[in-house]
Amino acid sequence: MKNYYDIVVIGGGPAGLAAAIAAYDNGAKDILILEREERLGGILNQCIHNGFGLTRFKESLSGPEYAARFVDGVLARNIEVFTQTTVLSLTKDKKITAINTEYGVFTVEAKAVILAMGCRERSRGALNVAGSRPAGVYSAGTAQKYVNIKGYMPGKSVVILGSGDIGLIMARRMTLEGAKVHAVCEIMPYSSGLKRNIAQCLDDFNIPLYLNHTITRIEGDKRVTGVVISEVDKDKKPISGTEMHFDCDTVLFSVGLIPENELTKGAEIELSPRTRGAVVYQNRETLVSGVFACGNVLQVHDLVDFVSEESELAGVYAAKYVLEGAIEHDGVEVVNGSNIGYVVPQRLDKNIGGNVKLFFRVTNTFRDCTITVKCGDTVLLQRKKKIVVPGEMETLLLTEAKIAQTNGKIEVVLEENV
Amino acid sequence: MFDVIVIGGGVVGGTILRELTKYKLSVCLLEKENDVCMGQSKANSGIVHAGFDAAPDTLKAKFNVLGNMMMPAYTAELGVKFVNNGSLVVAFSEGEMQTLAQLKERGEKNGVSDMEIIDQEQLRALEPNISEEAMGALHAKTGGIVCPYGLTIAAIGNAMDNGAKLYTDFEVGAIDKNGAVFTVRSTKGETVEGKLVINCAGLASGKIAAMVGDNDIEVKARKGEYILLDRESGDFVSHTLFFTPTEKGKGILVTQTADRNILLGPTSEEMEVASTDTTASGLAFVIEKVRKMTKNAPLFNTITSFAGVRAYSSRHDFIIEESKRTAGVIHCAGIESPGLTSAPAIAKYVVEELVGNIVKLERNESFNGRRKADHYFKDLSNEEKNEIIKNDPSYGRIVCRCEQITEGEIVRAVRENPPAKNVDAVKRRTRAGMGRCQGGFCQPHVAEIIARELGIPFEQVTKNGEGSALVTGVSK
Ligand SMILES: Cc1cc2nc3c(=O)[nH]c(=O)nc-3n(C[C@H](O)[C@H](O)[C@H](O)COP(=O)(O)OP(=O)(O)OC[C@H]3O[C@@H](n4cnc5c(N)ncnc54)[C@H](O)[C@@H]3O)c2cc1C
Repeated sequence: MKNYYDIVVIGGGPAGLAAAIAAYDNGAKDILILEREERLGGILNQCIHNGFGLTRFKESLSGPEYAARFVDGVLARNIEVFTQTTVLSLTKDKKITAINTEYGVFTVEAKAVILAMGCRERSRGALNVAGSRPAGVYSAGTAQKYVNIKGYMPGKSVVILGSGDIGLIMARRMTLEGAKVHAVCEIMPYSSGLKRNIAQCLDDFNIPLYLNHTITRIEGDKRVTGVVISEVDKDKKPISGTEMHFDCDTVLFSVGLIPENELTKGAEIELSPRTRGAVVYQNRETLVSGVFACGNVLQVHDLVDFVSEESELAGVYAAKYVLEGAIEHDGVEVVNGSNIGYVVPQRLDKNIGGNVKLFFRVTNTFRDCTITVKCGDTVLLQRKKKIVVPGEMETLLLTEAKIAQTNGKIEVVLEENV
Repeated sequence: MFDVIVIGGGVVGGTILRELTKYKLSVCLLEKENDVCMGQSKANSGIVHAGFDAAPDTLKAKFNVLGNMMMPAYTAELGVKFVNNGSLVVAFSEGEMQTLAQLKERGEKNGVSDMEIIDQEQLRALEPNISEEAMGALHAKTGGIVCPYGLTIAAIGNAMDNGAKLYTDFEVGAIDKNGAVFTVRSTKGETVEGKLVINCAGLASGKIAAMVGDNDIEVKARKGEYILLDRESGDFVSHTLFFTPTEKGKGILVTQTADRNILLGPTSEEMEVASTDTTASGLAFVIEKVRKMTKNAPLFNTITSFAGVRAYSSRHDFIIEESKRTAGVIHCAGIESPGLTSAPAIAKYVVEELVGNIVKLERNESFNGRRKADHYFKDLSNEEKNEIIKNDPSYGRIVCRCEQITEGEIVRAVRENPPAKNVDAVKRRTRAGMGRCQGGFCQPHVAEIIARELGIPFEQVTKNGEGSALVTGVSK
């Protein structure tokens, strides 16, 4: 087998696929995609509900339909793909060690590497939820895999913790499959899911959403027999006396996604403690020259449409890197100021050129507020907002002309209007 | 008809079973759960104690020190992870520094070697993340860490390789004796006959003793809750850190595990009815103590919490003796900490001295004490890995991505002794599902492999035995 490629893409989900296609179309023809699952498409393969592609294709596609457009795109080009191939390690000089049944353990080298490994779900274990540890406790994504891919019901009587999109989608899915969903609990005072999902997944099925509530106890010896949920105070501590008990055989946890950056860490690529993804320039290049990152391994997106967009950016610049060589970066930091959780990219480099879309999340629900992008005292951009919520990623476009005015650290802040 | 029936598939029953197969004896193990190692031996601290803790002249002191000396060779032979990391009893006051001196003295009486009292500076050099308040420590260099379920499973697997028979899902409900023959009856009515019975039933060892008339063996339960951190934080500490014992108890420990996770706990709570539920207050206590012992504990890297239950005797020492009322029965009851450390030494004593006292022991020349490690693939060189994959391509397929465990290892766990029949059993043997995603990704795949290997429908695959099916039916 060949052990040198211009570009190796790690991960064949929507991010990796879009990046590979964009890189190819921009002149890098020698590309390999490494994917651990049997099929390309990543997590979209198990998301059989609709609602994908509204932004990008102006139509509502299922996950597999959305993925198919990109899988077809890869297959139509001369891009090499290894499926059922797990990358074991990456070094900062861009050597990748992977394993599969055909070649065993092998190493490939690349001029440029695109990290597109996606994310994983936080598990029950990470939360220290008290009680027993029986069968029937699943992360929402695992339950989704059982139902949609494997064809099995993980349970019949369900309580869900976490009202992010996956939790909401699974509340509907389990209900449509004949299970009774008793409650969705959310520790925050708001749902982090999309508004349309709350309407279509909970309201339409009369599933109660308990805000400011968490699961305080799981019961059952061999299989779940019930849960206790409690209201929490503003420090997120359960308030005694507010306990509610539900009989159920299943508990689903949808309590956050964590970018899967073990390989990134192994390559000593700097990560942002805020996103738990790599620190990148606007071209999605990490602080290790020639290693790019895009999609949910970089920042957890709400919509796959944005993943595709970001990944194309990474693909274009990875191709440029291969064809034109490394860029000497002249970067300024982009940081999150008051009421902003994080900003991507974390570095802006004037040498790269073009407009830059800043992606960020707010830390709470705010009404009537102003978001400002500034450099020192210079206001680069200002937007008034009626309402912003942490569950929906915000973006602002910084034009090349504005970027030219910067001479130091850029800060994004949110202020409430009084 | 067996020569010896061992009741209880924990580390004590398991090491005794293996010791018995060194002789020309037909032996079996009866375990009530669907897999071995489901009691105390599954959920404990995994510390190979040095032996300064127990009062001199107790069985605990004797077997602890002997077991500690045996452990390196014992684990090496069975392919079990053991690390001689050394332990530190940390003092936070002048008074506690004095207690350390007493501990050292007691250790010396018990026969513990290589102990040293170190000062603050030396302690910081050994453990940079130790609390600023720590004043010094007793450094016991013979302290170690072992994978407790690895040890138990390997001992039982090796005994089976040498001819022992395992009955799982066999909960002993009654023991009858007719002449010289014992009939051991399960709660479901199956029977096994034998000439000798060894009671190693952990928490239930008092109950089993009562079945043969020994009503004076009382075994009680004391729970311990733990928090486990990701291997990513595995170098947070390298030694096992104990608080200095006070009248109020031993406090918790902070330690690396043999698989390089960080383990925090256990609490200590007396129980009327044994339960392994975790509690908010218990876990909060662990966190509070960890923050006292160390600085900047990476608690954000928590991957799970769990609890184990200690089975202790009202005599506050191990009970290892022949039944006073029924000849041919040997009790190993109330084997609480340091029972894991002591197990190899207890086994040797029970077989050579107690069993040997009743029957004539004749060496089994074909006994082979070696066993291949259950999960080892990840640590091999690429060349070695490729050699294996060439013969069996399923070793080229990663199933558990967090721990990088291959299909080949999972298949092996299902096929080898003692066979894994459920998802947790596979986890204990291979570590598939023990990583940061806690089986979120690999569980469906592991379950498929189990179904395929056992030739059962997927719906019958369980987490840990009857009543714990993973799924409740097919989707529409
Ligand atoms: C929280 C905690 C921390 C500990 N830390 C350490 C440590 O760091 N170092 C150390 O050396 N020791 C430690 N110990 C002690 C150590 O774990 C035990 O001493 C040891 O595991 C005891 O093994 P066992 O075989 O006697 O009991 P178990 O492992 O409990 O085995 C008993 C077995 O008997 C089975 N059984 C019960 N009833 C029946 C029946 N009727 N029929 C058939 N089978 C039955 C059970 O299912 C079980 O598998 C700790 C213990 C606990 C709980």
